[in-house]
Amino acid sequence: MDDLDRRIINTLQKGFPICDAPYRRVAASLNLTETELLARLQNLLDDGTLTRFGPLYNAEQGGGALTLAAVKAPAERLDEIAEIINAFPEVAHHYARNHALNLWFVLATETPEQLAKTLAAIAQQTGLTVYNLPKLKEYFVNLHLEA
Amino acid sequence: MDDTDRRLMRASQAGLPLTPEPYQTLAEQLCLSKDEVMQRLTAMQEQGLIRRIAAVPNHYRLGYRFNGMTVWEVPDERIDELGLKVGQLPFVSHCYHRPRHLPEWPYNLFAMVHGKTQAEAEAQIRQIADLLGAHNRGHDVLYSTKILKKTGFRSGQSAG
Repeated sequence: MDDLDRRIINTLQKGFPICDAPYRRVAASLNLTETELLARLQNLLDDGTLTRFGPLYNAEQGGGALTLAAVKAPAERLDEIAEIINAFPEVAHHYARNHALNLWFVLATETPEQLAKTLAAIAQQTGLTVYNLPKLKEYFVNLHLEA
Repeated sequence: MDDTDRRLMRASQAGLPLTPEPYQTLAEQLCLSKDEVMQRLTAMQEQGLIRRIAAVPNHYRLGYRFNGMTVWEVPDERIDELGLKVGQLPFVSHCYHRPRHLPEWPYNLFAMVHGKTQAEAEAQIRQIADLLGAHNRGHDVLYSTKILKKTGFRSGQSAG
């Protein structure tokens, strides 16, 4: 990752225009050609520097449901439990954390019913208690991190 | 959000096409006009159905190795006021009220912090503690040790 990559990441974290040729417009603001920007962006996605690029949907406002959940996976079953959880397409994010509750994951579904069903299925397949921690209120969300 | 919006969401939630005219590409996939795709995306953004069209970086790859989920036990009757204040700190990326699971999990206020060094993250945590003052009845910090999955939100049966 060089300085140009950093500028691209910082610019694209803030937003992206809706117009006929949006890459060309952003490229011009960075003194790049459209082709250069597209190639750089493809590389940043391919090498995992960017996990995603596109519309960031707010699942709940579209009638969908979202929650944060955690389990206490015994150390000797950690990999197995992580795999069971990751196999659910409803799991959008999943992190290992340094706590007795050591696996934390975000579930996103199109309906609240699917959410309850998925949580129950994870509990059943892992044999673990699933702690359900849906947000009761959102005070702030800003995903921008300076590259 | 109607059925066409939902189709547009399914077609674009994994990513915007990396083509010179990405909205035209989406339109062709969905048998819509480019104008309709652009109008619908604009409307969804105005309604908050789309937070924004943007890039999401891997924190670790940008050098943010200390990503802490800080969790705080604060009085329920003060949480909205405190949550808004914590959310305004410049280094907090997400701030939420979530339910307690007593007795094991007493924490009701969650704030994500990101540091390039442990000292940086710890200084951020101290600032939150100072801000909460006597309302902080206990807290913990859970650092992520590994990203096990980060695909973003997918919906629909073909998702995976």
